[in-house]
Amino acid sequence: MNTMTRKLLLALGLFAAALAAQAGVRIEHWQAPSGARVYYVEARALPIVDVQVDFPAGAAADPADKAGLAQLTRGLMDLGAGGMDENEVATKLADIGARLGGGADTDRASVGLRTLAMPEKREAAFAILRAVLAEPRFDAGIFERERSRTVAALRESLTRPETIAARAFWSALYGEHPYGRQPTVESLGRIAAGDLRAFHAARYTARSAVISIVGDIGRAEAEALAQRLTEALPAGEPPAPVPAATLPPAGEVRLPHPAAQAHIQLGLPALKRGDPDFYALLVGNYSLGGGGFVSRLMKEVRDKRGFAYSVYSFFAPMQAAGPFQIGLQTKREQAGDALKVARDELLRFLAEGPSEEELAAAKANIVGSFPLRLDSNRKILDNVAAIAFYGLPLDYLDTYADKVRRVTAADVRAAFARHVRPEHLVTVVVAGD
Amino acid sequence: MTMRRHLLASLLGLACTLAAPPALANPYEHRLANGLRVIVKEDRRAPTAVHMVWYRAGSIDETNGTTGVAHVLEHMMFKGTPTVGPGEFNRRVADAGGRDNAFTSRDYTAYFQQVPKEKLDEMMALEADRMRHLTLSADEFAQEIKVVMEERRLRTDDQPQSRLFEAMNAVAFQSHPYRRPIIGWMSDLEHMTAQDARDWYERWYVPNNAYVVVVGDVDHREVFRAAEKHYGGLKARPLPTRKPQDEPAQAGVRRLTVKAPAELPVLIMGYRAPVLRDVEQDVDPYALEMLGAVLSGHGAARFSKHLVREQRLAVSAGADYDATARGPGMFYLVGTPAPGKTVAEMEAGLRAEIARIQQDGVSAEELERAKSQLVAGEVYKLDSMFAQAMEIGQMEAVGLPYGQSRRIIEKLQAVSAEQVQAVARRYFADDGLTVGVLDPQPLDAAAAPRRFAAPVRH
Repeated sequence: MNTMTRKLLLALGLFAAALAAQAGVRIEHWQAPSGARVYYVEARALPIVDVQVDFPAGAAADPADKAGLAQLTRGLMDLGAGGMDENEVATKLADIGARLGGGADTDRASVGLRTLAMPEKREAAFAILRAVLAEPRFDAGIFERERSRTVAALRESLTRPETIAARAFWSALYGEHPYGRQPTVESLGRIAAGDLRAFHAARYTARSAVISIVGDIGRAEAEALAQRLTEALPAGEPPAPVPAATLPPAGEVRLPHPAAQAHIQLGLPALKRGDPDFYALLVGNYSLGGGGFVSRLMKEVRDKRGFAYSVYSFFAPMQAAGPFQIGLQTKREQAGDALKVARDELLRFLAEGPSEEELAAAKANIVGSFPLRLDSNRKILDNVAAIAFYGLPLDYLDTYADKVRRVTAADVRAAFARHVRPEHLVTVVVAGD
Repeated sequence: MTMRRHLLASLLGLACTLAAPPALANPYEHRLANGLRVIVKEDRRAPTAVHMVWYRAGSIDETNGTTGVAHVLEHMMFKGTPTVGPGEFNRRVADAGGRDNAFTSRDYTAYFQQVPKEKLDEMMALEADRMRHLTLSADEFAQEIKVVMEERRLRTDDQPQSRLFEAMNAVAFQSHPYRRPIIGWMSDLEHMTAQDARDWYERWYVPNNAYVVVVGDVDHREVFRAAEKHYGGLKARPLPTRKPQDEPAQAGVRRLTVKAPAELPVLIMGYRAPVLRDVEQDVDPYALEMLGAVLSGHGAARFSKHLVREQRLAVSAGADYDATARGPGMFYLVGTPAPGKTVAEMEAGLRAEIARIQQDGVSAEELERAKSQLVAGEVYKLDSMFAQAMEIGQMEAVGLPYGQSRRIIEKLQAVSAEQVQAVARRYFADDGLTVGVLDPQPLDAAAAPRRFAAPVRH
């Protein structure tokens, strides 16, 4: 091979690589005749198809006196649908190596399917998914059993310091707002099988459905699939949006527990999806407590003082303002000292913002690590589904790096001042001495 | 059977061909003069790479009094060398747009970075530096050992099921080092010194006890050249003899109870079982893997269908068996009885399921179903570079050549219903059984005195 040829090949190779990195993920978007919104990414390298169907049917949709309904409804959908009883659903999926997943978080309920792409496998898998979405049986006997298992799991989780802390945190942040509702033994006891049926009919509707498809499937087939999955659902009306969250007064909740470690959380309702401050908060939080081993909280709480194994901060943007949260666990005797260090670091960051070096480091990592967020079908699906459900712009992934690069230290300070106001900061300590 | 195997071969062939064109030689391997092996799997789907360094040193190699030192050293590996200061390793990985961490198991300690592919060379330079030049200062150690103790509190002391599992291993194994927890006993952590970590590092952190695994959008020849450049200059050194410390035969059921704050009891039944040593000759480990899948491989597998759904005896029930390990194996049955049911009823229920297979075997349909899931799982694994690197690393860690992973899948596909029944009869006898029970205690802090003694200060 002569030098010229080698150079050419090298250039081609580099060009191809640059193209791959630049082009990112091409998301195609359309609306199915059923009214469902569809987001599709073709990925042919592996014989796998991933489908995720999301509905605004998370815990925020629970009636005030029936917290836990969204979770039970989603759970029961896999347990008998159409002509299949619960064991048939599971065995048919296993026979073709397909996996059904998903669940209900606060805003969203998801039904996910991963299947091999060979036509005879995927067609069978899609038929099961269609039945689970449109024809769940909600059998009374299975409902009673699952409710009793849910109560047992709840009672168990209420012995765990991390669960006690998380529930106290969300209650203190959101109070009577839907985000503050938590399943209790009593609220689960008030739910009947008919409630699941009614919740499904109201919330799992075609016009609310958001379908994300990633994998070894063509556009025409994806179009047909999206329609097939949702045509049997009622058209429905879009549900009222989650009401705005009101900010709580600053305060501290202390709860006893015999654990060796105190669980500490502090935070407040802070950020809605689609808020333009997202990028400034993302960049700033990297320096404060989001950047793994290199954040201020990690250095001060873990490296310098050995107070904790895990310490972090994050913003969780949601439909209504989702929390900003700092969390750590430390030997119960030193809970007060560790909390003081974490709070001081937060207040210092609010006052000063990031240094220029921190800002540059945060951007370098967030921009530089962007390819790692998209290097598998699974990761692409997660990103596309979030864009889809929250109606983020289709070029969200394409403009992400540029928006991060444009953030200034002043932007970070201003955004933190707007979204993290100490007069609303709630602290929860479980098992602290 | 034959058809299934054909399907498997074509499926995997298809997947690999599309994922990485030169499928025949992929992964590639190169051995440096100092004994370090470099294994590269090209996966060109995205412009990223995962770089891992694996050391054949885990808690299995520890001795009493310094349990947990393998894991403590893992923490100290981030605390600096003469050229890369404390915390600097993480900072450089972060600046490169990477993510990094490490993990310690019974059998190995491994370090990894996931990076944009252009940064691979820099990651190798960093890993090569700390393979032989760790500073291990007493000051850094004094801080970090506190972090490790917090990790133990978080992951073991305050986790009832972890405490049960820890106690269970200490009873099931009486002489083999698997009886010791990876994180170490608290007393050993409290008395550990920087010198203990230094001794461990000097003993095991040499190129001839390590291997590098790279998966990603890379050219294997370039990776080999970079490995020569960065790791090639490190000196090999003879390793200490590893003694087998074989566990004596168990002759009689062992039982233990752990009390902890919880609502529901948990039952673990652990049966001594073989692990894979010879990919071609062994039969039972494959049959045990398939037995595990028949018992709890999906939502309507036997445990869930019978114990959770039909009898409503359990809130959850599962089987757990890992055929790959440097030390002895265990087949675990785990169950949480439903409210109103006792641990004794739970145990009887699990035993009845095993007895049914001992008497009646498993159906052809059940076995085929487990095999279909296995095939699909192999394809799904290709979606993750990290999972592919883990598979290579874990096989090598227990002495199985990674090149035989496809052969292992074929062997699993060839397991017969008779073989599954045979292992159910052979290994599920009381003489090799250890039974652990979590006895839930009320949470009321006033009623229950502080269960965990305040740690001794040092």
